[in-house]
Amino acid sequence: MRYIRPQSMEDAVGLLAGAAGPAAVLAGGSDLLVRMKGGFIEPELIVDIKAIEGLGEIKETADGFSIGAAVPCAVLGENAALQKAWPGVVEAAKLIGSKQVQGRCTIVGNLCNASPAADSVPALVAAGAKAVVAGPSGKRTIAVESVPTGPGRTSLAKGEIIEAILLDKRAPNAGDAYQRFIPRTEMDIAVVSAGVNLTLDDKGVVKSARVALGAAAPTVLLVEEAAQLLIGSKLDEATLERLAKVCAGACRPIDDKRGSIEFRRKVAGVLAKRVATTAYERAGGK
Amino acid sequence: MNFDPRYSGRNFSSVGTRPIRPDGVDKVTGRARYGADFNMAGQLVGRILRSPHAHAIIKKIDTSKAEKLAGVKAVITAADLPDLTDGDAAMYDILDNCMARTKALYDGHAVAAVAAIDARTARQALKLIEVDYEVLPHVTDVDEAMKHTAPLINDAIFTEGLEEKPVKPSNVSKRTQYGHGDVHQGFAQADTIVQRSFKTEQTHQGYIEPHACVASVNPDGTADLWVCTQGHFVYRQHCAQLLGLEASKLRVTSSEIGGGFGGKTHVWAEPVALALSRKAGRPVKLVMTRDEVFRASGPTSATSIDVKIGARKDGTITAAEATLRYSCGPYAGMWAEIGAMTAFACYKLENVKTVGYEVLVNRPKTAAYRAPSAPMAAFAVESAVDELAKEIGIDPVDFRIKNAAQEGTRASYGPVYGPIGIGPTLEAVKNHPHMKAPLKANQGRGMACGFWFNFGGQTCTDLNIGMDGTVSLAVGTVDVGGSRASLSLVAAEELGIDYSHVKAIVADTSSLGYNDMTDGSRGTFSSSMATISAARNAIKILRERAAQMWDISVDDVAWEKGHAVAKGETHGNLGKLSLKEIAAQSGKTGGPIAGHSELVADGAGVSFATHICDIEVDPETGSTRVIRYTVVQDAGKAVHPTYVEGQYQGGAAQGIGWALNEEYIYGKDGRLQNPGFLDYRIPVCSDLPMIDTQILEIPNPNHPYGVRGVGETSIVPPLAAIANAVSNAVGVRMSHIPMSPPRILAALEAERERFSR
Repeated sequence: MRYIRPQSMEDAVGLLAGAAGPAAVLAGGSDLLVRMKGGFIEPELIVDIKAIEGLGEIKETADGFSIGAAVPCAVLGENAALQKAWPGVVEAAKLIGSKQVQGRCTIVGNLCNASPAADSVPALVAAGAKAVVAGPSGKRTIAVESVPTGPGRTSLAKGEIIEAILLDKRAPNAGDAYQRFIPRTEMDIAVVSAGVNLTLDDKGVVKSARVALGAAAPTVLLVEEAAQLLIGSKLDEATLERLAKVCAGACRPIDDKRGSIEFRRKVAGVLAKRVATTAYERAGGK
Repeated sequence: MNFDPRYSGRNFSSVGTRPIRPDGVDKVTGRARYGADFNMAGQLVGRILRSPHAHAIIKKIDTSKAEKLAGVKAVITAADLPDLTDGDAAMYDILDNCMARTKALYDGHAVAAVAAIDARTARQALKLIEVDYEVLPHVTDVDEAMKHTAPLINDAIFTEGLEEKPVKPSNVSKRTQYGHGDVHQGFAQADTIVQRSFKTEQTHQGYIEPHACVASVNPDGTADLWVCTQGHFVYRQHCAQLLGLEASKLRVTSSEIGGGFGGKTHVWAEPVALALSRKAGRPVKLVMTRDEVFRASGPTSATSIDVKIGARKDGTITAAEATLRYSCGPYAGMWAEIGAMTAFACYKLENVKTVGYEVLVNRPKTAAYRAPSAPMAAFAVESAVDELAKEIGIDPVDFRIKNAAQEGTRASYGPVYGPIGIGPTLEAVKNHPHMKAPLKANQGRGMACGFWFNFGGQTCTDLNIGMDGTVSLAVGTVDVGGSRASLSLVAAEELGIDYSHVKAIVADTSSLGYNDMTDGSRGTFSSSMATISAARNAIKILRERAAQMWDISVDDVAWEKGHAVAKGETHGNLGKLSLKEIAAQSGKTGGPIAGHSELVADGAGVSFATHICDIEVDPETGSTRVIRYTVVQDAGKAVHPTYVEGQYQGGAAQGIGWALNEEYIYGKDGRLQNPGFLDYRIPVCSDLPMIDTQILEIPNPNHPYGVRGVGETSIVPPLAAIANAVSNAVGVRMSHIPMSPPRILAALEAERERFSR
């Protein structure tokens, strides 16, 4: 097994593109190292991207935020501007694993691990986040929801690395939120989860909305119908009930050790209601 | 031995204080040595190959490719652990569990093992072992396994305890029955009868430290074993018997222990490590992974229980009956029997009958888990008792007080009780401020009682007084809950010296006589009795030495507060001699001063507890949160109250986990789906409130200080207390443990449907 810590993105991409055997990108390692120790994977090459310049930074630009691929989730919570603009994304990132894990793990890693239950992904999808992909044929920017294609699978080609996540500059009267259901209080994986992102007009009426569900299908679901029914509303009781129904109906969950189909459907609806209410309040709605 | 174990009321100066535990700093700084922390020169890494099938005939094992891999020093199968058990059925089961002989009986059953120069080579070698299985139909559910159509796990098992000897083999290894009176007559006298059925899923002890050992077998037939265990003397016996070694030539040293809770009371992989070492000619370290711990070691029984209780309008129980079915894993057990004994132990009953069925299933061999079998029986009984109180219209605490067992009550499992604590714990709960605290919406309060026998057993200690006047105490019961501190307090109390001058250790099997293991809440009970006896023997010698120093008769020397005191008018002018002064002269007065003790600690006092729990249920998701929890339990005498409280809290914490989320989940293929702490959900710190405790002290008449075992009873009431709290919070009776959110939500939905119809 080779471990290499390149100094530039070009070198990292070159190493991965040229790898003969199985290769893996190492940032926080909170998924990779666990899988290696468990004997599930035996990579021939490990490319540690933490020494690449800029990857450990959160940059505030004219367009919004750029979060480097090596930024630990705990650092997201320490960035006051990001916390203020995208509280839902930050609260999702800070639910992953434990305090110790949050000091290592990254949202890009969470995205590329491609678990349907990943905590930060529904929040990123609801936020309309983009991923900057560096690869042998240059850079491209894609929607976050197009990265995972199924449990453990991504759309990334050989040699491609996500170098940053982009979040838009926040409009006024906007808010996002994320919640997951777990039987414990922490140190757990979502049984089902929901992320909602809303923008309101001056009267508190929802102008735009994105609703995402986690652990409800092989990949995170962006529920268009749920977003449409929120738009034009002030999140009255009837709207929230319809939201719960639509979200429950949109789920395509499985029965497994973490929950039943029936349970996931019901709780997806309950969480959608609660999360939408929080996002609405954060957007200044009453 | 002229030791008088009877209780004598006395004032204590050391016992009952709370000094810091001597092993605490090492444990929190990482310096303490656990099973995997011991290393020997030239040691190899041992790994075990386990069956992926729940039930399969092992047709052939080909180890030749693994043996040829560079770095592999030994490969073993059952052929290297031949049957030396000589008709001892229980030991044969332990042997077969360590290494499957003809059949793999559960997912995770060991079938072969390797020792190699490093972990990577060992893992590769396991992949090169070829096992030819013939997969058989399997059964993992306790009720399914009892059906006539169920796959038969062992065709040599015919149900014992039936009136007529059965002609066909069965998955039920034994039927047992306890009770007295006539339940039919009793139910005829009842105004109200409650009859309910319950299920509990299988749980694991969840000890944080996995099974770990280092084994070294020498060519001359001697061997060393360094191991994490609750009883190194018992491990020595097991290993010596299974390996054909002489017990005195196998030296077993117990490491610090990161939890056992009954799961480390018999061997799992240690004979395999010894067999590998014997074959390789080098020491072998064998540490289970968490996956192996869950799949192949020590869960408790899954159960299915029917309860029927009847009472008169005035609240007097007239009859109580229960049928208890407990899974044993693939080997015969005695788990339902213990459940049948404990089920109604809290109550004074004229007519009571319990029947237990031991049921074989394709799951790992059931092991003891803290008051084994009692929590499930208490869950069923205490849930039904709450229902009955509700139907009659009596407060559940008053209902229990009215029917509580007392001194002189004939217990449902046979004996007549001496002074016991069930009544006092109930009275304490009735008057506890927790019972009067206000509740918010969706919150409910529940309470329940629990019983455990406690155990004494064989015990041996050595107490040696150094020439500087300090005392070393060697005990043979592994310290699982702070017993070294407690036993040091006892030695200091008896000798009349300061706690800081006593250092207790757990001695290895070659340094001390046989000790039963630390189970049955016996560690502090039995070893404190032996320590008192050893200290009294040492005092006898101290008095003799003082008499010699003074040149007077020993009859004129008394021992008071750590000093020899000359008695009588003739010696009144002699000053006191301290233990330190006598010890300093020991070289000239007859050599080292020591006290030894070997005894069977009879008379472990039975133990009772009553718990109160407040729980909040989220009616939309079925999620629960324990808001407040109080444990009231009789300790007899709390030697070190902080550790007694720790035991109360620990048992309650494990019970809460069991009640709410912990369970073994098997797939249709008979494979365990959740062999890890991510999906086997023991509570994390933030899941629990600070658990309040109240220690009652009703002296055990059979111990000099009145001590009773305290370690186990605290896990008995929580399942029922929480179920009763949930019932009071949202109005549904939960009959299936764990009460996980999906189960609670399903019960709530069913209830809503019932009402909307």
